[in-house]
Amino acid sequence: MASSHLTGIGSESKQLATWYFTFAAIIFGAQLLFGLVAAIQFVMPGFLYGILDFSIARILHVNALVVWMVFAMFGSVYWLLPDETGIETIGIKIGKLLFWVFAAAIVVVVLVYLLVQVGPASDTTIWFITEGREYIEAPRWADYGIVVVVLGFVANLFFTGMKGQQTGIVTVLMADMIAFAGLYLAGMFFTDSISMDQYWWWWVIHLWVEATWEVFVGAIAAYGLITMIGAHRKVVEMWLWIEVAMLFGSGILGLGHHYFWIGTPEYWWEIGALFSALEPLPLVAMFVHVLYDWGKETGLQMAEGYEGHAIDGHTVTNKPAFTWFVMNAFGNFLGAGVWGFFHTLPQVNLYTHGTQFTAAHGHLAFFGAYATILIGMFYLAIQGTNGIKILRHTKLSIWSTSLIALGMLGMTAALTIAGYVQVIVSRAQLGATWAGYFDGQSGPWFTQAMDWRLIMGVVVFTGFILLVIDLLTTGKKSVHKI
Amino acid sequence: MNKESTVANKSVWSDNRFWQRSATWVTGFASLLLIWLTFDSMGQIAMGNDADIQNGVTKRVPGPTVINRKITYEMSAARGHEIPVIGAKEMFFGRDDYSEEEAGALLHLGKLGQQAKNCMACHTLLGNGAYYAPDLTKAWLDPAWGPNGPLQAMTGKETKEEAMAEFLQHPNLYPTHARMMPDLGITAEEAKGLVAFLKHMSSIDTNGFPRNFGRMQGAVHGK
Repeated sequence: MASSHLTGIGSESKQLATWYFTFAAIIFGAQLLFGLVAAIQFVMPGFLYGILDFSIARILHVNALVVWMVFAMFGSVYWLLPDETGIETIGIKIGKLLFWVFAAAIVVVVLVYLLVQVGPASDTTIWFITEGREYIEAPRWADYGIVVVVLGFVANLFFTGMKGQQTGIVTVLMADMIAFAGLYLAGMFFTDSISMDQYWWWWVIHLWVEATWEVFVGAIAAYGLITMIGAHRKVVEMWLWIEVAMLFGSGILGLGHHYFWIGTPEYWWEIGALFSALEPLPLVAMFVHVLYDWGKETGLQMAEGYEGHAIDGHTVTNKPAFTWFVMNAFGNFLGAGVWGFFHTLPQVNLYTHGTQFTAAHGHLAFFGAYATILIGMFYLAIQGTNGIKILRHTKLSIWSTSLIALGMLGMTAALTIAGYVQVIVSRAQLGATWAGYFDGQSGPWFTQAMDWRLIMGVVVFTGFILLVIDLLTTGKKSVHKI
Repeated sequence: MNKESTVANKSVWSDNRFWQRSATWVTGFASLLLIWLTFDSMGQIAMGNDADIQNGVTKRVPGPTVINRKITYEMSAARGHEIPVIGAKEMFFGRDDYSEEEAGALLHLGKLGQQAKNCMACHTLLGNGAYYAPDLTKAWLDPAWGPNGPLQAMTGKETKEEAMAEFLQHPNLYPTHARMMPDLGITAEEAKGLVAFLKHMSSIDTNGFPRNFGRMQGAVHGK
């Protein structure tokens, strides 16, 4: 089992994983491009007006985000499954077919978003153009397609997990992925009531990103610690179970923080405040866990005179991936934990809800909690497919990591400042009217923040280009240990 | 069994099975609590009907015939924040006698339109959506669309609903900011549905969100 950690050669599951990662990276690029278009429109509102309006750029920005992450998550599972179970993934042929179905469906949906954009107020539009519900705008036909593809993926995972060695990581992933798939169904119906609509919509959005996706990250981090620094499986999996308890224990009822203002009863104030205030705790635990294991493994090897470790005395067998995993541990805590907690209490949220404050949190949280670890998985796959024992940093990997991290922090700072202006001027002072909204948007603090957001967005995009070049070239470079 | 795992198994706190069971119980308990609260919330946010409105029964989400009524947003001393108040009859596109079916059909059209035109990809509704354009939760009550408001005056229409409908059909003709709303091909009937949807949304009890809606204008501008 240990040797197969390091190689993807000969494993069809790992080959499929690389397909998923490749498509994910392309969509990641699209996400950033449409994000840039939207950021430019905040600064120059006439940009592409009537051709690619903000609404369409924004839909593509957030949908591409969800899609690339889901693709990279599926890829991650296909990548680690042979390592964890000790067998080739079952039903991999169907898995490969479903990949193409999924990718083709995404392309069609994107083309319709771009070329058709809106439709008449009818069921036909909901079925074939857009459902118009943030993050899950994909038309209904695509919903059913997604359900079929996801069921196929879950079946692959379950059959493989049941036949092979069922580790703690695989058990957590099996439970988590079935919940992840099932929750999507909550977003697949139409209702005339906007309150009812939002209630169930949050079941998909919140219970994905603040529950099932977080648990997924816990499982991936556990896998990464075992493969990259040789952390002890029993200890890692014990932490994983603690994280699952804390993440689901806080995250499931933390859903209440979305039910403060959508028409739902006041008791959600207390429930949402309490449980969402607990949500950062597992993120602290995950951060401590990663650093603790890293320090412990390094200490053990030093104590044993660098001889105790399997691979040449190096603590970390994949430097770029591990860098991204550590950034995940910190970014998850900072973006999801700290930036989330800032505005999660109803007394604060009354004013911050629906402002750039949320956008600041959204950007840092999605990046810190998910983008980081999934990029780390890209690097694990590069290492595996090239049969590299120790993957080292290159100049490109250091530059790309630094630029992306700097740009994301800069964007978050800018959006946070914009959010403050909005909260104080548009909300507290002017009471959220049309005029109050635009007063807030026109102030120098807000407009300068939007300039900085765009600049920092360009920094992120530059980092992304370097990242892609590094991913494409690093495998053949001679700095690594084969 | 090696030495390390023997040591680790001595305490329940380092026993993986203990934590696995804890995770299962905690998740199960949280899920059950959520399901129970969901049943309660479903009852509380179920849409009311015309009889409720006639009889003055307060619903968190009133029935569609609320479009026949005047809606205001008033401070409630008991609740400590503003709540929507459904008042006397009020004309809506020249009528105040929409039946349950007629009003329901308008709301249905409006909700479909709200999704088909991607409103939430620029605006927020109930505070959720994108932040490129104003929140629409209480847009119906915005003083700018009122009798002396600049937005109503801009369209040259006599009533709030007609002004809103005109704007929705030709937003590119009425720039209210450098950030203009694009022409989304909204028909007259769809616009009527969308305005009904907005009016209905303003009657939803959102626990005081947004706070101070439209109240502070005078103080700030010194009028």
